[in-house]
Amino acid sequence: METAERNRSMWKLGTYLLLLVVAIVYPLVASNSYYVHVIVMSFIFAIAVYGFNLIVGYLGQLSLAQAGFFGIGAYMSGLFTMKLHMSFWLSLPLTAFLTMLISLPIGFISFRTKGNYFAIFTMCVGIIINLVIEKWDSVTGGNTGLIGIPQPNNLGPISFDSVISQYYLVLAFLVITIFVMTRLVNSLVGRTFMSIRNSSDLAATLGINVMANKILAFAIASFFTAIAGVLYAHYIRFIGPDASGLNMTFDFLLSLLIGGQASIAGPLVGSLLSTGLTEGLQSLQEYRMVVFGILLILIVKFFPMGIVGGLQLLRFKLMKRFAKTDVAGIAQMKPSKGESHAAENKSIN
Amino acid sequence: MNLFFQQLVNGLTLGSIYCLVALGLTLIYGIMEVPNFAHGHLYMVGAYVTFFMMTLYGINYWLAAVISAIVLAVLGVLIERLVFNPLRNGPETNKFVAALGAMLFLEATARLLWGSDYRSIPGIYDKVIQIGGIRVTEQRIIVIVAAVVLMFALNLFLKHTIIGSALMAMAQNRDGASLVGINVNMVSILTFVIASILAAFAATLAGPIFLVYPSMGTMIVTKAFVIIVIGGMGSIPGAVLGGYILGLAESMGATYISTDYKDIVAFVLLVVILSVKPSGMFAKETK
Repeated sequence: METAERNRSMWKLGTYLLLLVVAIVYPLVASNSYYVHVIVMSFIFAIAVYGFNLIVGYLGQLSLAQAGFFGIGAYMSGLFTMKLHMSFWLSLPLTAFLTMLISLPIGFISFRTKGNYFAIFTMCVGIIINLVIEKWDSVTGGNTGLIGIPQPNNLGPISFDSVISQYYLVLAFLVITIFVMTRLVNSLVGRTFMSIRNSSDLAATLGINVMANKILAFAIASFFTAIAGVLYAHYIRFIGPDASGLNMTFDFLLSLLIGGQASIAGPLVGSLLSTGLTEGLQSLQEYRMVVFGILLILIVKFFPMGIVGGLQLLRFKLMKRFAKTDVAGIAQMKPSKGESHAAENKSIN
Repeated sequence: MNLFFQQLVNGLTLGSIYCLVALGLTLIYGIMEVPNFAHGHLYMVGAYVTFFMMTLYGINYWLAAVISAIVLAVLGVLIERLVFNPLRNGPETNKFVAALGAMLFLEATARLLWGSDYRSIPGIYDKVIQIGGIRVTEQRIIVIVAAVVLMFALNLFLKHTIIGSALMAMAQNRDGASLVGINVNMVSILTFVIASILAAFAATLAGPIFLVYPSMGTMIVTKAFVIIVIGGMGSIPGAVLGGYILGLAESMGATYISTDYKDIVAFVLLVVILSVKPSGMFAKETK
């Protein structure tokens, strides 16, 4: 039993390492820097979607203010580096931290509401942030936005003036994000979030401080969303109010649901797919929702756990079939840690 | 003082449109517990139908309104059957996401079919009337009066017909209503029909005053949500009251505070109210 568990985690580690190698080699073999650009965009998106996943997937609260934090992160770091000539490497952590601070009172007020009220409330918060950014001409540049945001400063001998170097920068942050998220959702804190998702009343009865934990998840999510915003601002080098708009939140939601909520691979898979498709169909960008809108409806009806959840279910079914001959096998597989467990909980829910 | 009365009329016009849209939304929420995000986009489609009926086929304004109402009723029923009915027993979040999906689909489709240009329904009641010191176009008076007539008719229907009572029964208690033999499917379809008709008329009435474009639905549906949250989700008098309050608050805010921040008024209002009372101002007792 011990060895089966260990085998499994070795396999997992091997898969992760293989994926990492693929990610590192990719820009060297990609025939065109545009293809690298597309992946950079999906990675930046993925970081934001990981934050979103924590609230929607693991905590089970549909917060529609996320693009607001993405926008705050992007604009704040843009202003820090442009107006105050701050170094990127100081601006990034400072922005992420300040955005997290801003999210605390917002979380405190929003989580007093529940269910649909929460979704509507956070949506209004998102719209307010968006409108303030759009109308506050003297600071944010209004509709024109910020133009000429500097690239990340050199880090010793490493400069970030090519797409490929930016790719590795973003990849590094993505890897850190995934690592932190994996540790987080498998920790007691992560379990606490899931217990709140499954039943906040039951969680409260067990002595969990529901409010404090919800705000914690909200703050962590804003932290990562802000980092994504900062990376976006310094990669694209200009930002407009749309970066904080409601449509951005819908894009996060779409990526998350396509990939699979409450899973570690989901946000990455979803972001790669949705950004890849969007960039690929650039001339059709305005119309892509004709397909994606329907996709959203189909996903919530037929694949509430997205692609990753669907694959897990498939693997689980296959395993069950093979395990008929090996009863001990399934006994070990079923209560294994991590995502499959989350998937089970969610489907019961 | 004239400016004040002028803005009062403008606020009432805006409020009338808000009321009609919010009424549909609150009916759907109250009866089916669906946060129908696509409602604003039905309104948008309604405006386009009227626009094309009038400009392409030269159909009379009021006949165009009726055609628009019929088209929207069909579309509303389709959305109910294909999107919300299959999710009836699912978790709240799923209905919310599906509604967002329907909304994004409608907007993109409108953009694909009709382009992103701003259009305006040709006004046939452009004559300016002078009352005291205020100048009002006939269209604005028509909006205000028509909205009152529609709301009055809705009230008659809900209070004094058997089908209307069935709807109200469903809103009060779903299980109870099913127990006494009210057909849930029938009621759901009917609710969407009524809400769509209201949206079509709202769009046709507003068309000559405001502009018609594919994303016009997003702002109005978010504001309508603000209204019904303020008025208590599912409450009909709440939606009417909330609609007029928001219309007046916006037109007064635009005049006396700042035009730039006109759109923000609604959302700040909601955030303040929900911060103080997390379940809305006049919320029904829930769970």
